[in-house]
Amino acid sequence: MSENKYAVLNTRVHNVDGYAKVTGRSTYTFDVKLPNMLYGKILRSPHPHAKILKIDYSEALKLPGVLTVATGKEDTLGVRQGIWRRYKDLCDEAILTVDKVRYIGEPVAAVAAVSEEIAEKALDLINVDYEVLPFVDDPMEAIKKEAPVIHEGFERNVNVTRQIAWGDVEDEMETADYIREDWFKLGGQHHMCMETRAAVASYTPDGKLTVWTSTQSAYYHQALLAGVLGLREGNIRVIAPYVGGGFGGKFELDGAQFCASILSMKCCKPVKVVFTREEDFIASKRRTPMYYYVRTGVKKDGTFCAREAKVFTNGGAYTGMGATALYLTGFFHSFPYRWKAYRYDGYRVYTNSLPSTSMRGFGAPQAMFCSEQQIDWIASDLGLDPIEMRRKNGHYEGYEVPGQATIASCGLDQCLTKIQEWVKSKGKLPKNRSIGISAAGFMSGGIFNWFDSPYSFSSAVVTINYDGTVELHVGAQEIGQGSSTTLALICAEALGVKLEDIKVHMGDTDHSPADLGAWGSRQTLMAGNATKMAAEDAKRQLLEFANAKLGFNIIYDLDIRQGWVYNVARPERGMSYYDLCKEALRGKEGQRIIGRGFYTPRRKGMISPAYSYMVQGLDVEIDPETGHIKIHESVTAHDCGQPINTLGLIGQLEGAASMAIGFGYYEYLPVEDGKVMNPNLVDYKLIRAPEMPDCHVIEIDTYEPEGPYGAKEAGEGLTNPHAAALGNAIFHGTGLQMKEAPIRAEAIAKAWKEKQEKGTEKKKK
Amino acid sequence: MEKKLLRFSVNEVPYEIYINPKTLLVEAIRDHVGLTGTKRGCETVSCGVCTVMVNGMAVKGCSILAMQVDGMSVTTVEGLEKNGKLDPIQTAFLDEGAFQCGFCTSGMLMMAKAFLNETPKPKDEMEIRRGMEGNLCRCTGYNSIIRSIAAVASGKYREDK
Repeated sequence: MSENKYAVLNTRVHNVDGYAKVTGRSTYTFDVKLPNMLYGKILRSPHPHAKILKIDYSEALKLPGVLTVATGKEDTLGVRQGIWRRYKDLCDEAILTVDKVRYIGEPVAAVAAVSEEIAEKALDLINVDYEVLPFVDDPMEAIKKEAPVIHEGFERNVNVTRQIAWGDVEDEMETADYIREDWFKLGGQHHMCMETRAAVASYTPDGKLTVWTSTQSAYYHQALLAGVLGLREGNIRVIAPYVGGGFGGKFELDGAQFCASILSMKCCKPVKVVFTREEDFIASKRRTPMYYYVRTGVKKDGTFCAREAKVFTNGGAYTGMGATALYLTGFFHSFPYRWKAYRYDGYRVYTNSLPSTSMRGFGAPQAMFCSEQQIDWIASDLGLDPIEMRRKNGHYEGYEVPGQATIASCGLDQCLTKIQEWVKSKGKLPKNRSIGISAAGFMSGGIFNWFDSPYSFSSAVVTINYDGTVELHVGAQEIGQGSSTTLALICAEALGVKLEDIKVHMGDTDHSPADLGAWGSRQTLMAGNATKMAAEDAKRQLLEFANAKLGFNIIYDLDIRQGWVYNVARPERGMSYYDLCKEALRGKEGQRIIGRGFYTPRRKGMISPAYSYMVQGLDVEIDPETGHIKIHESVTAHDCGQPINTLGLIGQLEGAASMAIGFGYYEYLPVEDGKVMNPNLVDYKLIRAPEMPDCHVIEIDTYEPEGPYGAKEAGEGLTNPHAAALGNAIFHGTGLQMKEAPIRAEAIAKAWKEKQEKGTEKKKK
Repeated sequence: MEKKLLRFSVNEVPYEIYINPKTLLVEAIRDHVGLTGTKRGCETVSCGVCTVMVNGMAVKGCSILAMQVDGMSVTTVEGLEKNGKLDPIQTAFLDEGAFQCGFCTSGMLMMAKAFLNETPKPKDEMEIRRGMEGNLCRCTGYNSIIRSIAAVASGKYREDK
């Protein structure tokens, strides 16, 4: 790394919300308790597919302590909503269903009572008559002509299709010396936020609704609730206090938010709904399971010619964010390489199972698992060095992904070199140890606006008080990823003040400007740009006063750094920022200094304004007899442009690694007959402390012109490469080609046994 | 069910509360004493976010009934800080950025504190990792938490005591 030219950026600082979090003072939706508050519970469908004929809740109402019961038919407007608001046919989920259930766990009715215990008892007293319908829970079955119809008007249950194409794949395949095709199967993964879905809704008879909720985007929920409840957006206030994790699973409208709101509107009292862990597993959403067909043509020197991919994703019962995952998996399946021709056909298929949606990596971990393993297999078949083959075909600065994106900064080549050096430094490995690598890239926020937001993608307001303290108002949502600290650092750097001068206000639609929120790795770049612009606007106003006050020759330029306002040519000449603030307010008739900033990406292609790059190496010990895996070391060469929040960056990368290893090995989420088979933390395996490897990160120094101070994505992209790197380590260690993620120990052991048996048979022959 | 009297101390403050005898310790702390720093994350004693100390030992607050701690001394995350001064493990968590969303943090801190009480000189990093095995974190990947505990064990924050 080059020497830090910044005063506060990329220095080790405590998180701005750290004190609250290490002392138990941080209050989550889970902790919110209001006077007169009731508790809500949701009755859920036991069937994967059924018509609701009748709901009789008369007995439930007789239970002392029960105040009300709500059903979709009687108490909601029956609006089918979705986060792809621009496309009416993709708004398909009523949440509290009106006439039909499409997955096990779908909300059927909701109860409000004076205690959680009574509400739960009341659920047992509700009788629902169902007409059970035939169901289908696998996309390859659901797409067949004879499959049950899950939503009217979607032929063969195909929910969305996506095509990405450039060049002529068949022509380019003709020029290839070697063509390889493989089928892969990718499993779901649960977001498994430590705080389950939770909401407290408080409706008052003047038509105002306040909702505390654990969300990645307060603005999205304000707008979505307005749509389903028939209220004005401005009459709904969404407060997202501290949020106990999101990972892509908390920006669609969920059962907690909707049912709490409906119940509160019915009885004009606050209602709290918190999902149990089991409810969270069966009725929040999951990473999209996929079937992936990949055909790749290369020349014998390793030059990539063409790639074709056909993907069928298990959409589950509703659209949600899954439509975006369908697009992004197709785009990132081409990453980070130059293909003369590329064609992706994606089909998202409705099934009678838990809906699938975005999850950290947003379709890319699935894409990388297939692509990056197949590349190693091809290199092996052709006797080529897999790192050099990647280098030969990799993106570079200035490369244009045809019709999709222009790469303005790219450290892929340096990343490959660093990992190559690491592999060499390992020397000869002990028995049963092998190394796997995988490259990856990711976006810095999406350009798409399927939500149809009329607002700038990000906005910020900077207000400077008399004493020099700064109020930074942003709609960017802190969910643990460190965005409030990152934006405070950007604000402090741009304004030239100390970090402790900044107070960040976010997570409240009444007091924060609208912002699309925390998803797709957008906040550092987009909210960062808005924050920088707002801070610079405020600074410009301050410097007007400084110029008048200091009386330098007008040829001199003034700046502020760490609370000192100075002449850039003669830095010792100047005045204190804190004194300047007092003077400036006087000059503004007592008005505080207010700076405004906003950002919406323009002319940046189809996907994202900037792309990060990384190469991941894993040193893995494999016991092929049992399939047991131990990861000894994880090394990441990483290009995220200019790092902003040092500790936050390390934490994000280590956290991404833990989740990515989960996707690759530990986290198996089987669904049988439409039912999630392991909806609890005993049977759903998360990585634990002893299994987590040491993670070393080598940051590559690049500058992204579109990002604030040259910054781009960090922390989500690293969810992408580990599963493939693990697969590649298994391949190099055992020769096994694992085509199903997660790569379960049982699958390795089984494949190994089959391989041994085949070997013995061959010898016999 | 008839309510029973529970006498115990929480963070050195004595409490006398009447509770339903099937109340879990975590429920007593959150709903009756009113301290919400301690969280809940599962129904299966699997995640550790409700970890507190009972007479100095780590206990998952959902794994025992409140009545079982009658006469005992409970410490929650709110009790780590003394007179506005953080415990070394809290400072270490801040220095290492050993939390993100923060929902598991209270439990992690209490487990770490109890671990260090029992094992002031862990022989290696793996011993710390094994000590923290019962606590799940979805955000950090644990390593920053392990570094924090190692830093306290190494005496880095001794002068803070």
